Amino acid sequence: MEMAVFLGAGFVALVSAILVFTQKNPVASVVFLVVTLAAQAVLFLLLNAPFVAALQIIVYAGAIMVLFLFVVMLLNLGRDEFGPEKRKFIRPLAVVFALVLVLEVLAIFKTGLLDQARLTYHLDFTGDFGTVAGVGLLLFTRYLYPFEITSVLLLAALLGTVILAKKLPGRKGEL
Amino acid sequence: MDLVGLIPLLPILGFAAIGLGGRWLPKKAVSILGPGVVGASFLMTLAVFFQLFSLPPSERRVVTSLFSWVVAGNFSVDISFLVDPLSMVMALVVTGVGFLIHVYSVGYMGEDPGYRRYFAYLNLFTFSMLCLVLSSNFLLMYLGWEGVGLCSYLLIGFWYEKKSAADAGKKAFIVNRVGDFGFALGVMLIFTTFGTLDFGGVFSQAPALSTEGGQRIATAITLLLFLGAVGKSAQIPLYTWLPDAMEGPTPVSALIHAATMVTAGVYMVARCHALYLLAPFSMAVVAVIGALTAIMAASIGLVQNDIKRVLAYSTISQLGYMFLACGVGAFTAGIFHLVTHAFFKALLFLGAGSVIHALSGEQDLRKMGGLRKYMPATYTTFLIATLAISGVPLLSGFFSKDQILSAAFFSPQGGNFLWLLGIVTASMTAFYMFRLFFLTFTGGCRASEEVQHHIHESPHSMTVPLMILGFLAVVGGYIGMPHALGGVNAIAGYLAPVFADLPHLPEPSLGMEYLLMATSVVVAFLGISLAYFFYVRSPQAAERLRQNFLYTLLLNKYYVDEIYQALIVSPIVAGSRWVWERFDLGIIDGAVNGSARLVEKLALRGRQLQTGYVRQYAMAVVMGVVIILAYLVWG
Amino acid sequence: MAAVPLDWYLILAGLLFAIGTVGVLVSRNAIVILMAIELMLNAVNLTFVAFSHYMGKNDGQVLVFLVMTVAAAEAAVGLAIILNIFRTRESVNIDDINLMKW
Repeated sequence: MEMAVFLGAGFVALVSAILVFTQKNPVASVVFLVVTLAAQAVLFLLLNAPFVAALQIIVYAGAIMVLFLFVVMLLNLGRDEFGPEKRKFIRPLAVVFALVLVLEVLAIFKTGLLDQARLTYHLDFTGDFGTVAGVGLLLFTRYLYPFEITSVLLLAALLGTVILAKKLPGRKGEL
Repeated sequence: MDLVGLIPLLPILGFAAIGLGGRWLPKKAVSILGPGVVGASFLMTLAVFFQLFSLPPSERRVVTSLFSWVVAGNFSVDISFLVDPLSMVMALVVTGVGFLIHVYSVGYMGEDPGYRRYFAYLNLFTFSMLCLVLSSNFLLMYLGWEGVGLCSYLLIGFWYEKKSAADAGKKAFIVNRVGDFGFALGVMLIFTTFGTLDFGGVFSQAPALSTEGGQRIATAITLLLFLGAVGKSAQIPLYTWLPDAMEGPTPVSALIHAATMVTAGVYMVARCHALYLLAPFSMAVVAVIGALTAIMAASIGLVQNDIKRVLAYSTISQLGYMFLACGVGAFTAGIFHLVTHAFFKALLFLGAGSVIHALSGEQDLRKMGGLRKYMPATYTTFLIATLAISGVPLLSGFFSKDQILSAAFFSPQGGNFLWLLGIVTASMTAFYMFRLFFLTFTGGCRASEEVQHHIHESPHSMTVPLMILGFLAVVGGYIGMPHALGGVNAIAGYLAPVFADLPHLPEPSLGMEYLLMATSVVVAFLGISLAYFFYVRSPQAAERLRQNFLYTLLLNKYYVDEIYQALIVSPIVAGSRWVWERFDLGIIDGAVNGSARLVEKLALRGRQLQTGYVRQYAMAVVMGVVIILAYLVWG
Repeated sequence: MAAVPLDWYLILAGLLFAIGTVGVLVSRNAIVILMAIELMLNAVNLTFVAFSHYMGKNDGQVLVFLVMTVAAAEAAVGLAIILNIFRTRESVNIDDINLMKW
């Protein structure tokens, strides 16, 4: 049962991930990205992480993707044609290197780097594993400083975005 | 004795004030400050001198240490000053004559745009010279030694926009470098031999060198030190810079190149007499070089036409006398002549400066003459100095020169030959000095109309120092009246504590001494009469003398400058040029330029990588990640 | 309970990451490139959660939380930049933006 769910969700995630950048229409790209994110949320649930799965749906597939969609629509990109590719070598090279990357990932299993991780399989999820309480507790204790710094990062991003997107005198363009 | 630190301190403060004050200091303040600090320094020296005099003779040696200067392992040198009769004599001459020349300079340099710079240099020179003579160790002495060399360079090239002056400065500096190199080596050898640079330590250990091997070391040390003295005091073979040094302002010639700096070599040899006494060979070298320099320079001086150059050769010649005295062991006589020479030679130079000033910068004797009626003060004082240097009895030069000649004759290290050189030189001295005097002050004026119109007596700031020096040139000799003439030879008694370790010279017979004295008087008057004959009575005879090989040889200074140019300067210049063109331009610059060109070439190719296409950059990043990962996984 | 081994998750994450990389490199639309970057980040998130699961510790999920925050900030700033570029260049083609060169 679990295996079936994993295979199904994994297949959906992979296929829609490929479809993200093969679309001519950026709106479709956004939609496929949402699909792959949702598929990954299913995987998260499968991994007993309901909190992260919820975040994935609400924050990622919800908020961030809406932002993307908003920008795509604001710029009224629609079906954009960029004309012929001028750097033809990039596509084949990208695929080749991506394949090498996959091979490398597979090769990692042979290096024994993961043996330690396999030994410590811990399959008792009765406690607060993956719950809001469990993650939240860590967030406010051991990871307090990174968490607080994240807030500063968000503030900086907020200000930066406002400054960048604001229409300043002297900047041309209608948007 | 605590005041001794102030003696060099005042001039360096003056230098700092004038040098840093620059344009902000009013000219009037410079006129007071420049000579003022030296005058104050002179008063300090007098105070210290009388303090020293109040001590019993055997205790007249006081070392005042101000602070530690260099301490490194067992090498330790203090800034410390030695007050003893010898250093006091020198300090009195430096500050006393120096003060008069400073005052004179106020008048002489009054119109010069570099007035402040001039006094700054002059104060710096006084400081360095005082360090040299007051130091109680070789290192501080070396500091002063180099300091006076630097000031000499700066002041010779004072009018640096004139090429000949700039060249003369460089020549003086470079020639002195040869001597200073020897001096530095000598100081180092002293340190390795004695383990200290302190005069007290070195000279008290010196008798230990009386062994066979020790004498060889002593000879090496003394010869190296003498090389320094040869450079600084312009002896054969390093004398060529001094005549050229006359490019500097005339008071500078008087102070540095007649009265003080050039006598530093004599002072140094006298100071190190404990070492020289251990090395008879060095003593002989000193004496022979001194005598040869004396006669050679005097012979060149016979025919020179530039008033200052005649005096310059005269200075070289007189310095030769002093070394002759030192070389035959008559250090007292050498120092005595140093003092009297400082008086009359400074006076001669200042008088010449007064003449040049009056003639609007003219230095050629052939364009002077008849100045007696225009410049009475200069004329009188100049005559006194000329008589003094010529060895006319009862004036200072007579006593000191006579002491040297009699020492050269009687001393076991001396001999008839050295005495003969000395006596011939004395007659030449009388001749060229009176030639100079007659050509300048008597007869008709040969200057152009315009120049004649401007002839005037110099201002008081110039003539008063002349008169004071004139007085000193007359009476200066009486501090060293020989016993033979019923005197007490005060200076010998005064310096006796310093030279207590000298072997006692055999008492010369009175009759012989009178005979020598009479001889020198006779040759002096012979020289004067010859000069009178050639330059007053029958100038046509002098004209005839010119058609002569010897005359040309002398006029061209034995072609020594040309020989040095051909044998030393040209090969060095050619070699330097070769090294510069091949090594510097070829290899060093080539390497630098080559690497720069290589980087440029690489950059021209390399910057093509920066295409501006973001995806290409991203591709590069991915490639890098994949390759690094490949190394980690498979490597 | 866990019938799916850790390795499978990791292989899936690796594949997703490689797809995201290809996406970054092949697309010329700046917005799509940003989306591909989100894909890569998500692949990493998947490994975090997988490890978290198999090691029985919540720390991995905290990291996912932090990654999401960074992704959100990056997306916001990136989109603002694209917006600005579009204002001046009337284009989101990344190949048109090539001023940063020699």
